[in-house]
Amino acid sequence: MAGFGPVVVEPDEPVFHAPWEARVFGLTPLVMLTTGLGTPSFRHAIERIAPAHYLSSSYYEHWLTGAATLAVEAGVIDADELDARAGGFPLSRPVAHDPVPAHLAAPASSDPRFGVGSRVRVRNDHPAGHTRCPDYVRDRSGEVVRVDGGDPVPEIEAHLGRIERETTYCVRFTLSELWGDDGGVGDTLCIDLYERYLDEVP
Amino acid sequence: MSDDHADHDHADHHHPEPLSDVERRVRALESLMAEKGLVNEEFIDEMVQAYAHDIGPMNGAKVVARAWTDPDYRERLLAEDSTPAINELGFGGAEGAHMVVVANTPEVHNVVVCTLCSCYPWPVLGLPPTWYKSPPYRSRMVREPRVLLAEMGCEVPDDVEIRVWDSSAEVRYLVLPERPPGTDTLSEEELAALVTRDSMIGVARL
Repeated sequence: MAGFGPVVVEPDEPVFHAPWEARVFGLTPLVMLTTGLGTPSFRHAIERIAPAHYLSSSYYEHWLTGAATLAVEAGVIDADELDARAGGFPLSRPVAHDPVPAHLAAPASSDPRFGVGSRVRVRNDHPAGHTRCPDYVRDRSGEVVRVDGGDPVPEIEAHLGRIERETTYCVRFTLSELWGDDGGVGDTLCIDLYERYLDEVP
Repeated sequence: MSDDHADHDHADHHHPEPLSDVERRVRALESLMAEKGLVNEEFIDEMVQAYAHDIGPMNGAKVVARAWTDPDYRERLLAEDSTPAINELGFGGAEGAHMVVVANTPEVHNVVVCTLCSCYPWPVLGLPPTWYKSPPYRSRMVREPRVLLAEMGCEVPDDVEIRVWDSSAEVRYLVLPERPPGTDTLSEEELAALVTRDSMIGVARL
């Protein structure tokens, strides 16, 4: 998304702006511990916040909404009780019907397919569920500059509840590849991408 | 006059500000969890105290100052995986399992963003400031970094490449700023005092 205007910097910003923010910071890991859910599920719960609510609420309200959603979905607490006690408690939207397409849920390959210097193109996938592949790099090509050891595939962890490790690649793009002629000639962007997001550029 | 103040304080004590919507929600979640025995006060207190007081940019500043003064350390820090070198100074933990330090040079200026959420190297920088997590920063730093850096008061010379790092997977990035000129006589501790959080995110130059 674009058009958000200037970055507003708060001078001498405190770590927590109010006691409730600190409580949410401490409560959230307890929710994850209790539900047995990991970061990909938590992030997905935040991504499922209704867009108007997401954009009009603060960072720790995102955490609160995400954590409460996971606790309700895991059956730890009851949504009606939560709603009654809070006088209204908007939760995140439900998981999409088909959140992860088959090829994004496929088993990870054991050997890295690419090496430093490989030219790769990001697959033009648009899954309905959780992913760590941002829109703006899809269908763009870049060069692998670093190969990292296996990390859990977020789509599989969030939607299938399994840990499956896969090589990730730090891929460098030119800004003009990403944004066209006004993209900042000579400037570049590096981003870490899971192997399943990438195709080789022949 | 002083009596008025006393009355006012007294009134405040008995009629506290009504809770905001979000505070009511936190209380609701917390009370339901507490009734199931799921609230560990000691854990919450330790988390909050650690990030409020002990874990912050002063840690990253020590890493930077050591790299400026110890060439062998700098080499270890700028290895493909910087985590062991950062661990040497006693910094590690949540959001720091795999850290990579990227060095500014006369040719390259690095800047870090997380477009998808708020990934940030907690062990060396603490928790991220609000602006780092805000939609304007996350959307614009990848789209027009030179414009946004200038807006934020960070002028990068035209002949210096800007290299944006979007921390989208498990690696957390820290920028190693260039050592400012005229600091040859300073001790490591004095150098650390010069290093700002923003210079280690890459939205400022020293």
